[in-house]
Amino acid sequence: MELYEMTASELSRLMRDKACSAEEAAKSVLGQIARVEGKVGAYITVTEEGALQKAREIDGRRAKGEELSPLAGIPMAIKDNICTKGVLTTCGSKMLHNFVPPYNATVMERLTDAVVVGKANMDEFAMGSSCETSYFHKTANPHGLGYVPGGSSGGSAAAVAAGEAVLALGSDTGGSIRLPASYCGIVGLKPTYGAVSRYGLVAFASSLDQIGPFGRSVDDVAMLYSAICGGDPMDATSAKRDYPDRDAAPSGDVKGLRIGLPKEYFGAGVEEETRAAVMNAVSILEKKGAVIKEISLPSTGYALSAYYMISSAEASSNLARFDGVKYGYRAEGCEGLTELYEKTRSEGFGDEVKRRIMLGTFVLSSGFYDAYYKRAKQLQQQISAEFAAAFAGCDLILTPTSPSTAFRMGENLDDPLKMYAADICTVTVNIAGLPGLSVPCGRGANNMPLGMQLIGPKFAEKTLLDAAKAYENEAGSFRAIPEIQ
Amino acid sequence: MNNYEIVVGLEVHAELNTATKIYCGCKNSFGSAVNSNCCPICTGMPGTLPTLNEKVVEYAIKMGHALNCEIHPICKQDRKNYFYPDLPKAYQISQFDIPLCGKGYLDVILDDEGTTKRIGVTRIHIEEDAGKLIHDDSFEGSLVDFNRCGVPLIEIVSEPDMRSSAEAKAYLETIKSILQYIDISDCKMQEGSIRCDINVSVHKPGEPFGTRCEMKNVNSFSGAVRAIEYEAARQIEVLEAGGVIHQETRRWDDPAGKSVLLRSKEDAQDYRYFPEPDLLTIVVPEQKVKDLRDTLPELPNHKTLRFMKELELPRFDANLLVESMEKGAFFEACVEKGSCKPKNISNWLLGDVTRLCNEKNIALADTRLTPERLCEMIAMIEKGEISGNAGKTVIEEIMFTEKTVAQVVKEKGLAQISDTGALDGIVQAVLAANEKSVADYKNGKTNAIGFLVGQCMRQSKGQGNPALIKELLLRYLG
Repeated sequence: MELYEMTASELSRLMRDKACSAEEAAKSVLGQIARVEGKVGAYITVTEEGALQKAREIDGRRAKGEELSPLAGIPMAIKDNICTKGVLTTCGSKMLHNFVPPYNATVMERLTDAVVVGKANMDEFAMGSSCETSYFHKTANPHGLGYVPGGSSGGSAAAVAAGEAVLALGSDTGGSIRLPASYCGIVGLKPTYGAVSRYGLVAFASSLDQIGPFGRSVDDVAMLYSAICGGDPMDATSAKRDYPDRDAAPSGDVKGLRIGLPKEYFGAGVEEETRAAVMNAVSILEKKGAVIKEISLPSTGYALSAYYMISSAEASSNLARFDGVKYGYRAEGCEGLTELYEKTRSEGFGDEVKRRIMLGTFVLSSGFYDAYYKRAKQLQQQISAEFAAAFAGCDLILTPTSPSTAFRMGENLDDPLKMYAADICTVTVNIAGLPGLSVPCGRGANNMPLGMQLIGPKFAEKTLLDAAKAYENEAGSFRAIPEIQ
Repeated sequence: MNNYEIVVGLEVHAELNTATKIYCGCKNSFGSAVNSNCCPICTGMPGTLPTLNEKVVEYAIKMGHALNCEIHPICKQDRKNYFYPDLPKAYQISQFDIPLCGKGYLDVILDDEGTTKRIGVTRIHIEEDAGKLIHDDSFEGSLVDFNRCGVPLIEIVSEPDMRSSAEAKAYLETIKSILQYIDISDCKMQEGSIRCDINVSVHKPGEPFGTRCEMKNVNSFSGAVRAIEYEAARQIEVLEAGGVIHQETRRWDDPAGKSVLLRSKEDAQDYRYFPEPDLLTIVVPEQKVKDLRDTLPELPNHKTLRFMKELELPRFDANLLVESMEKGAFFEACVEKGSCKPKNISNWLLGDVTRLCNEKNIALADTRLTPERLCEMIAMIEKGEISGNAGKTVIEEIMFTEKTVAQVVKEKGLAQISDTGALDGIVQAVLAANEKSVADYKNGKTNAIGFLVGQCMRQSKGQGNPALIKELLLRYLG
């Protein structure tokens, strides 16, 4: 087995035992990038030189007997909306095509020993479910190059699935980690809102955004999550709390665990093959001792509308700073300030971003605020309350991650509503600020991966990972890297 | 003005003097080199997040207490969205529907008799300042200095309770003195640390309020007076010519002495306020709110009134003593001794003491003057033991040397002769030597007495008590 095919846990052990070096691991991953990146297109920037330099530094420190973190030397992809000091951070947009932040995101400060092999492609400003709205190029699904990898963290997911990275960070505002994890057949975690610092994550919707990990095993995702979670004085919305079980490996024990299946997530719109695959996973968990019960989350049907209003409202404000004055793209030959703003923003943003800015500006406008934004916020409270009530009767909730497998490239590009529907199972989790984990659970008729979503109460990441591990132990690993063709 | 009543409401923006900015760790200071005192957070770089400086909340609550406001210990911050190059996030973090401080009031002194007027305060909220555009003939276009981004501000909004430019000025001056008294703002007008927007309308008495116009960008109190008077006159002229006032925002151009239209109501900006998702709800414990109230000193408007009413100082004196906390405290310490008249204390403090401090460029606290020493000297003058003129010599010595009042008086021979026996000989000798003056006096030229007193003073080498000498002279002449 090549080093790039290993899980982070395995690589970490090998490096610790000096059976391989960080440089060898980095070179193995960079070699895979050289072989398949032309087909997959997972990256906007590959940081080969920096990666090798960091790998050698890690090897040097290890040789000196320095105690290193488990993630030291692990080749990693970072979504291109996470600020990396001195490394291009574009958000997949022309607007930031030349933006090199002079500061690191807090997560990068917590991963100083990791070997960053590149900045992963994404839907522009994380708006999209297919990774097709990137200004730079589209990313293909490693399991079927004609299919999308899902979005918006499609580059991160595809990189991990294709062996172009061992681990990756993505961000999830409405499903942007879980959907691509599901489409690419890997594990992806959207942490509880406030569990991971957002400092340095270029904001899409501040009240919903969370950074989270991708990996080819449950243990890998747990390992990366434990490295990045925790309060941050730089982020007022990060939770000031302890994470006592952060270093405990997922147990795989689901005995007596009460798992709720919300009927609204299994109804019309969900493909039969998806339902069957998820129910098969449910029966495996039941056999391992979980207690399955049907529950109801009645407001689910309104969630998508509420999500698009809240997220677009915040986005319209968050993206207003891209005005061509201080950094990033600036339109040429403008007469006066208004034209500078108009041309810069017209030329710098893609269609989907403009659509959301317009939607968000509209719902915040005087005369419409109460009817749209305020009602969406009320729905948010209602949806949160329904989850809270549901968790009185169960320990976690299990749903499909998406109604179907990955769609074909270009299939939904002209139909935003159809594109938005891919997020129907994931947005509620962001709206309620809960943790959500996508775990592969089989394949569709097109041989593309399917995923199930585990949802827990706030800060119940450990419960989700324990249950996912139980399933992984039984169903077999998700780590096989497909032949890229 | 032609039977019109003027109605004025003010929005005062004051920069707070916290050590650091409102949402980042940058120093909160004025005058750094262009773009040297800013960071990725206050310049709104992608991915950065604000974290609230708690001192800003404390300072604003102190002002709320000073203006008798309801305090909202649970409140939120909101985004005010608009595009401008000096606002790098394209939104200002401010407070919209739930300000930190709600309704309150302020009593301002309007005249020398101490007549006061109560001006309603609508609200006080916290917000961040924007940067500054620099225009200069030496280059094309405009440049931005981001140093001021994130400087903490409070905005104090008044009710439309003022009826003249003079009332508005009194209100502004009182606000300024309070800000300085509770030490939350440097109030340096030339640095723009206090600015105001002015709402003006006019109407005939008995009729409802007229349509108001807002003037932005007024950065001096005298400018505010000119702006109000100009705007009221403009509106009256429009009305008198049969026109109507349209609600609009105008920019006050102080050098030109006029306001110009900025935008009409139809073009009013929609700021699309919404709750700032990057910041948590502000929650101030009740006890903290109370404790902050207890830190407040006696406020300057109350103190001025007390000096005027209880100590019978003229408004001029009271204002000067209140304006300087140091002199005010010194004055009160003297009054407390009860050994001399408040007005005399005030005269010496504001007169010779201030003059000498200024001449030597030294603070009162750095002199050797104490309330005890000053009162001792003034009491001697009041008792006639030394003359007021001698006091001018004494004061300099007791301010700048360690000598006691008694030592100075003795060394310099400044004691007044207030002994009738000692003065009697001098008086008799002077009367004998100036028969013509005595005759003049007896013939009705009463001002001859002045000459005689002067002669006695000369004979006593300036040490005779002039009042006593006069008394003796009159006794002989009578």
